[in-house]
Amino acid sequence: MDLRVRALETVLAEKGYVDPAALDALVDTYQTKVGPRNGAKVVARAWTDPAFREWLLGDATAAIGSLGFSGRQGEHMVAVENTPSRHHLVVCTLCSCYPWPVLGLPPTWYKSAPYRSRVVRDPRGVLAEFGVTLPEGTEIRVLDSTAEIRYLVIPQRPAGSQGLGEEALAALVTRDSMIGAGLALAPTAAR
Amino acid sequence: MGTVPGTCVSADPSAAAAFADRGEAPAFREPWEAHAFAIAVTLHQRGAFTWPEWTAALAAEIAAAQHRGDADLGDTYYRHWLRALESLVARKGISSGAELARYRDAWDHAAGRTPHGRPIELRSSDFSAR
Repeated sequence: MDLRVRALETVLAEKGYVDPAALDALVDTYQTKVGPRNGAKVVARAWTDPAFREWLLGDATAAIGSLGFSGRQGEHMVAVENTPSRHHLVVCTLCSCYPWPVLGLPPTWYKSAPYRSRVVRDPRGVLAEFGVTLPEGTEIRVLDSTAEIRYLVIPQRPAGSQGLGEEALAALVTRDSMIGAGLALAPTAAR
Repeated sequence: MGTVPGTCVSADPSAAAAFADRGEAPAFREPWEAHAFAIAVTLHQRGAFTWPEWTAALAAEIAAAQHRGDADLGDTYYRHWLRALESLVARKGISSGAELARYRDAWDHAAGRTPHGRPIELRSSDFSAR
């Protein structure tokens, strides 16, 4: 694999398609600067600022961009809100489309065939394996990403989080909760 | 937004999960994965292909791998990614399978003659060596 990638990179560099230094910089960005902490800030803002929440639900790309998170795979964002009556769970059944600017690159399980196929057939069973049990009456909606649309789930704000500032709230927002495969942490669990 | 009553919803972090990798693991397991990732992003950015073309190529490679018996647990994702990249680059006339194979053989030769621990560098002599 390593030699195949080196071969590809060399051919493309010689033809002027890629600049090896720019590739290194890109890798560094995705390893150190882009990740789910970005999305957590978006969610924390939505929890504390009703106007921002409205904006996020109406035009997620612009609202997220206003916090400085934009770019590749974040061009067509849609934010969905989990409520006591409706829970959203995101998948990409065909490949692994994922909102990079807010969540970074996808975890291994998101890319796995068992998740991609089972979540559509048995979302409750999959959630249970993540340790998430929802009330019987909660409707579960599975959202399939496409080449164009990327979803960000706004998890429910946990009980006992009243009075917390945005930064403390963001610490409660896990990556999985923004995919819908988890819930936001309770304030005590985050400490 | 209201808050959730703690009684009706639970998230048990100790629950056995079939989907390992629950933590926020590194994005790439090996350097080549990172480079394959960055090459695809860069080629798309340069207009070499559209993102729908990319996802179609990736989805096709994932399906082909599953057909070959790959359990496709996510750990082979960047293998599919690399295959998609190689096939799309050939289809777009940017390179060809033969050219990529020639460069791979040259890199293989360079790796073979480089003492362990030194960075591998490609020389023109690596192309004529075999």
